[in-house]
Amino acid sequence: MSEALSGLAAHLREKLGEAVLDSVVAYGELTVQVAPADIVKAATFLRDDAKCRFVSIIDVSGADYPYRDQRFDVVYHLLSPTKNLRIRLKVHADEETVVPSVTGVWPGADWFERETYDLYGVLFSGHPDLRRILTDYGFEGHPLRKDFPLTGFVEVRYDDEAKRVIYEPVELKQEFRNFDFLSPWEGTDYVLPGDEKAKTN
Amino acid sequence: MAETSVRNFNINFGPQHPAAHGVLRLVLELDGEVVDRVDPHIGLLHRGTEKLMEAKTYLQAVPYLDRLDYCAPMNQEHAYCLAVERLLGIEVPKRGQLIRVLYSEIGRIMSHILNVTTQAMDVGALTPPLWGFVEREKLMVFYERASGSRMHAAYFRPGGVHQDLPKQLLEDIGRWIDPFLKSIDDLDELLTENRIFKQRNADIGVVSLADAWAWGFSGVMVRGSGAAWDLRKSQPYECYAEMDFDVPIGKNGDCYDRYLIRMEEMRQSAKIMRQCLDLLLGKESTGPVSNIDGKVVPPKRAAMKRSMESLIHHFKLYTEGYRVPAGEVYAAVEAPKGEFGVYLVADGTNKPYRVKLRAPGFAHLQAMDFLCRGHMLADVTAVLGSLDIVFGEVDR
Repeated sequence: MSEALSGLAAHLREKLGEAVLDSVVAYGELTVQVAPADIVKAATFLRDDAKCRFVSIIDVSGADYPYRDQRFDVVYHLLSPTKNLRIRLKVHADEETVVPSVTGVWPGADWFERETYDLYGVLFSGHPDLRRILTDYGFEGHPLRKDFPLTGFVEVRYDDEAKRVIYEPVELKQEFRNFDFLSPWEGTDYVLPGDEKAKTN
Repeated sequence: MAETSVRNFNINFGPQHPAAHGVLRLVLELDGEVVDRVDPHIGLLHRGTEKLMEAKTYLQAVPYLDRLDYCAPMNQEHAYCLAVERLLGIEVPKRGQLIRVLYSEIGRIMSHILNVTTQAMDVGALTPPLWGFVEREKLMVFYERASGSRMHAAYFRPGGVHQDLPKQLLEDIGRWIDPFLKSIDDLDELLTENRIFKQRNADIGVVSLADAWAWGFSGVMVRGSGAAWDLRKSQPYECYAEMDFDVPIGKNGDCYDRYLIRMEEMRQSAKIMRQCLDLLLGKESTGPVSNIDGKVVPPKRAAMKRSMESLIHHFKLYTEGYRVPAGEVYAAVEAPKGEFGVYLVADGTNKPYRVKLRAPGFAHLQAMDFLCRGHMLADVTAVLGSLDIVFGEVDR
């Protein structure tokens, strides 16, 4: 399995050349990173090349790494039924980067890209209908970003006087408690109040 | 009649409509009775599962999976467990694998019964759901006897399954199979050759194989179009490679073929269940059901009372949980509705950094416009029924 994947990675490097920024085989899966500008070219090649035949789009999703310059990953999972292989394509993006849409290559990417836009705010160019999909009509913000609080900003309730559902700022009877059980001897870097001064001086 | 009075008509189908299978709002643009455009509005059941899972430990995230496709909860848990296990690099003992396969197939039958019979109801038959739910209820009792819960089981855990099954339960499942095959035959007789059912389903919602792949279809939706593609065969996980079963495929890619495939898959699932039961009652009748390493699976309560080490493990695993090494995997299972996948990014702590749940229904539903265009309004429900949509997983 992993030989087939490393063979495929070599094939992609040879054919796509500079477009392949990075390729890794880990846990029996091949991850290929490309630049946003090259994604349609790479996708078309992967779909049409006789050694690839990735005719099925499985998934497009985002991931947020706020500490990075290009904070978002757009991750494409593809499936080749004839070769029985999977591949993961990755594109780095930030709030301003416009990632070309692959809906022209696989029509099935449509909703997956809308979802990525909705939840992360990654912009796709050439998408036929880039609207929000999962969140409410008129929702603001991108909820899966790491800086979006788990509890959100607004809550809804039915108002008997207005006779409709109204939006209000979230008011919790009890503060949301984040139980961090990571043991202090290993792992988490606890910042105690006032402690940061001790290190800088 | 003046020319200007002829115009297209927009209607809202749902979000409260019995044939919408949940909370789906379809905005239909009709030209007379012909559908010009379908715009599904989803998200009415969006609960932010992926976000919530990022705030829980790996074990605490399991119950969220039950609430996705609530017609076959354990199949979702299965994909998640496979992903975590692959990152941790742990094995599930044989008996645990067999129990997982057994319950995955029970989930498949539960989901298919629900789909086949309610699809029949969508096109006008009332008897099939009443018959089908009798068997479905019995399966839910098996769920309950294994996990304590009819639907939200949280029974598959990373490392294996939560508890061993009593012998009596295995025997009862064994005794259920033959009467079930009989009732499937009854259902078959009621529907398969029924003139109205055929008229409503044959040649409706036809999808070619190339389109099916390009739209991201999986499971019954590609098998109906003629691809012999089943993850249990083509990319076997667990002990499916040792099981003997057939993969039915369709020729025409229409709703009727998909119905036939689901019927046959239920029979094949029963066959797999029989093989699991024979092993569970015979060669594999004893042995652990979850990984025995102790660093991932918490010890049993009895062990906890006697051994200090178990007590420590019990405490640590139910509070801090285990750490999963940094990395990313995509694990997929053949859920009843298609390929259910979990893309898991771990950062080395006790909580998942990112969980993306790839729901088959999401990919299927986005093709509604493509499938329904040019069909009659009444066919929309037939197509929707055969897509096998459950909103828990579409909206997440």
